[in-house]
Amino acid sequence: MESNILQNGNVTFPVLMLENARRYGEKKIAYREKDLGIWQSYSWQVSLEQSRDLANGLASLGFKRGDKMVVVGDNRPQLYWGMMAAQCLGGVPVPLYQDSIEREMEYVVKHADARFALVEDQEQADKLLNIKENCKDLEYIIYGDPRGLRNYDQPYLFSYEKVQEMGRKFAQENPNYFQEEIDKGSEEDLAIICYTSGTTGQPKGVMLTHRNFIETSTKFSDYEGLNANDSVIAYLPMAWVGDFFLSYGLALTSGITVSCPEGSATVLSNIREIGPTYFFAPPRIWENLLTSVMIRMEDASWIKRKLFHYFMGLASRMQRGGYSSSLLKALDAAMYQLGRIVVYGPLKDSMGLSKIRIAITAGEAIGPEIFAFFRSLGINLKQLYGSTEASVFVSQQTNDDIRDDTCGPPMPWVDLKISEDGEVLFKSPGVFKGYYKNEQATKDTLIDGWVHTGDAGFIDPDGHLKIIDRIQDVSTLTTGTMFAPKYIENKLKFSPFIKEAVTVGMDRPYVTAMINIDLDAVGNWSERRNLNHTSYTDLAQKPEIYDLIGEEVRRVNQNLAEDEQLKGAQINKFLILHKELDPDDEEITRTRKVRRGFIGEKYADLINAMYSDKSHVEVKAQVTFEDGRKSTINADLQIRSME
Amino acid sequence: MNAENNGRGAEPLLQVENISLSFGGLKALDSVSLEVRKGEVLGIIGPNGAGKTSMLNVINGVYHPQEGRILFEGKDRTTMRPHEVAASGVARTFQNVGLFKAMTTLDNLLAGRNLFMKKNILLQAIYFGPAQREEIRQREKVEEIIDFLEIQNLRRLPVGALPYGLQKRVELGRALAQEPKLLLLDEPMAGMNMEEKQDMCRFIIDTNEQLGTTIALIEHDMAVVMDICDRIIVLDHGAKIAEGSPDEVRNNPEVIRAYLGDE
Repeated sequence: MESNILQNGNVTFPVLMLENARRYGEKKIAYREKDLGIWQSYSWQVSLEQSRDLANGLASLGFKRGDKMVVVGDNRPQLYWGMMAAQCLGGVPVPLYQDSIEREMEYVVKHADARFALVEDQEQADKLLNIKENCKDLEYIIYGDPRGLRNYDQPYLFSYEKVQEMGRKFAQENPNYFQEEIDKGSEEDLAIICYTSGTTGQPKGVMLTHRNFIETSTKFSDYEGLNANDSVIAYLPMAWVGDFFLSYGLALTSGITVSCPEGSATVLSNIREIGPTYFFAPPRIWENLLTSVMIRMEDASWIKRKLFHYFMGLASRMQRGGYSSSLLKALDAAMYQLGRIVVYGPLKDSMGLSKIRIAITAGEAIGPEIFAFFRSLGINLKQLYGSTEASVFVSQQTNDDIRDDTCGPPMPWVDLKISEDGEVLFKSPGVFKGYYKNEQATKDTLIDGWVHTGDAGFIDPDGHLKIIDRIQDVSTLTTGTMFAPKYIENKLKFSPFIKEAVTVGMDRPYVTAMINIDLDAVGNWSERRNLNHTSYTDLAQKPEIYDLIGEEVRRVNQNLAEDEQLKGAQINKFLILHKELDPDDEEITRTRKVRRGFIGEKYADLINAMYSDKSHVEVKAQVTFEDGRKSTINADLQIRSME
Repeated sequence: MNAENNGRGAEPLLQVENISLSFGGLKALDSVSLEVRKGEVLGIIGPNGAGKTSMLNVINGVYHPQEGRILFEGKDRTTMRPHEVAASGVARTFQNVGLFKAMTTLDNLLAGRNLFMKKNILLQAIYFGPAQREEIRQREKVEEIIDFLEIQNLRRLPVGALPYGLQKRVELGRALAQEPKLLLLDEPMAGMNMEEKQDMCRFIIDTNEQLGTTIALIEHDMAVVMDICDRIIVLDHGAKIAEGSPDEVRNNPEVIRAYLGDE
């Protein structure tokens, strides 16, 4: 972004939109979307017209400054334009998780006093229509895809096109309205309210201003050298602050092109078609990519398998370094060049990562093996520690100093310190305005301009930030050993066979774990060994699977034993749960964070059994089908002791 | 939903008049008459061996009845062969999925467009000039169906490797690729789990409402039939024993007897 606009003051996203349309016009693509099997391109000029017509249409429906509009659906240009339209009129978009159930949506719609809702399709429209009665502020629902909605005749339900048509009529009568409203905007206006799904209690609405985001995005682009030639793929949930930054903030401040995949099931193949240059993903996605490569390699011919393993071994040797002789090093370096043609290049291409300049993993700790795999392929994968309250960025690894267990030094524009009780605190231009309608929480979190993250961590001698766990979760066993549940769970989850894990130990004599297996990876493993299974529950209770997971637990215990402080916190007993932890059942959040308190109550029987001398425990669980019918399943869970 | 209530289905699209069909001494259909009205979803139900699939096979030209006649859009077509029936605008799916298992979803759907491909096979083989333009046109239509049925992620996968529920969906897509006026579905939900059934119901309703396709379907799941059909015809031992709205049929004593047996 040219600095002159930013110096003029009062830069808002709508101002950037006008500027991009003026500068790039029809020549540059802002958004792409795959529709009917073809990538459709929308220039900055088209994007401006789309948002303008919609904004005028909203105005004709009585949209006022400060109004909230919830936005819900998969990543679609229409929805991004809708957010822009709301901002043009001085309104605030409030994105929701598209897989939220009605009750969750109702809470946010009510709490945000949303008057408008913009939804992708019938599925989301149905949810909002069902909760509308309880949400007295909600007046209008606008949908993008008309499919299945033809026979709906609610007077407050409009199609996107219809609202745009109303907008064009409105503009004829009020030709200057749109520009005047943009001119009224201030950089201190709210740009978005992101509801974070807390692991305790109700979600909180994080209020972020235009300045928060524009300053952060601009600084970040300068820092990483992102420009209008870069391209990203918009596949993260729109309700996550990371997507707003990536698919909206960066597009507007730096002109990068944003591509929206066809649907959630086609993301991986769409990534390959687009070849993004900047890629932002939680560890789960990197794991999925690695797992899919590994499964494919197991099925490949032996010569391919041999080549793959030889060159991956070579790459990780190079990655580790520490050669005893320079001849060996030169030899490996020469072979690495060959490997680029034979293995690394084709592999990166098949994952759609051949054009990647910068790749980020954020949200959770990533497994060292997974991290090393992508690094050794020559992908510039870096770890980031961020938070919604910071407009994403707190700290990130630099290009020349990568470690697998730190989150790197603070970003140049962030001040970072550790409080006396070991809590991570930060201050930056991206710091949020507060939680919407929740002054108490704001007061508890934002103290003298410092955000209290609730994460326990420390800064190592080289200035890198290391995160241990949520500060409230760190406790001690009755033996006095420190117990950091997430630290151990992450180590468990680094195994491809373990999808989710919950450890227990606070005020207990030893540590126990409840484990979810990864159905794909374990299913594939057992198929290879001719172990048939009918369902998750059935597979999970097979003794062979307990042996398999037992090995993984043993590996984690060995790892813990190496640490003087933590060797007393090894896992003593574990069981494999009969069902997968599910956000619909409130066991984990939509961003897959474990809700410890809830699980502790729900599975109290299982936990108590692990602290008795039982070798198995009966469990009755209620399953809810999609249509609301319920049934109970009974399972007998084994408890495996590690001694 | 009742056909009379929403004003649909007044005009007959297909009339079957006094059809009788025997295999040797076995009478599969005994002087059955029925009509499928434009725009409706008609359910054909009945116990095992009632003659439901035979009825579809007669409509679609696989079997030729010994007696009676069939009018489609007012024209007699009693003796038409299956491909002629297809060309006249009747498409169907089968009880046990009739797809080319080794071919991809995309190719299966393109095969459904065969009726519309007019260029000669040589030009098609070298993918040249008019044949190329034609294929692009067909592909557009196929892409609309892929979008309609939400199977974008299956485009390049061989259908034989797909789960059963998805194969059924691809088969529906192949039938839709023919742009039929009348769509015959032979047990579209058989062997599906609850979620797959719900999806299929939604696609059938969408096909009827949005594409305006008239549908006649055979189905065993009563909840489904009562839910999505405008009208129901009940067959038993090759004869029609009842006809009417879901409510009428549900309470018809003949039907209850056929299903539950005599007291």
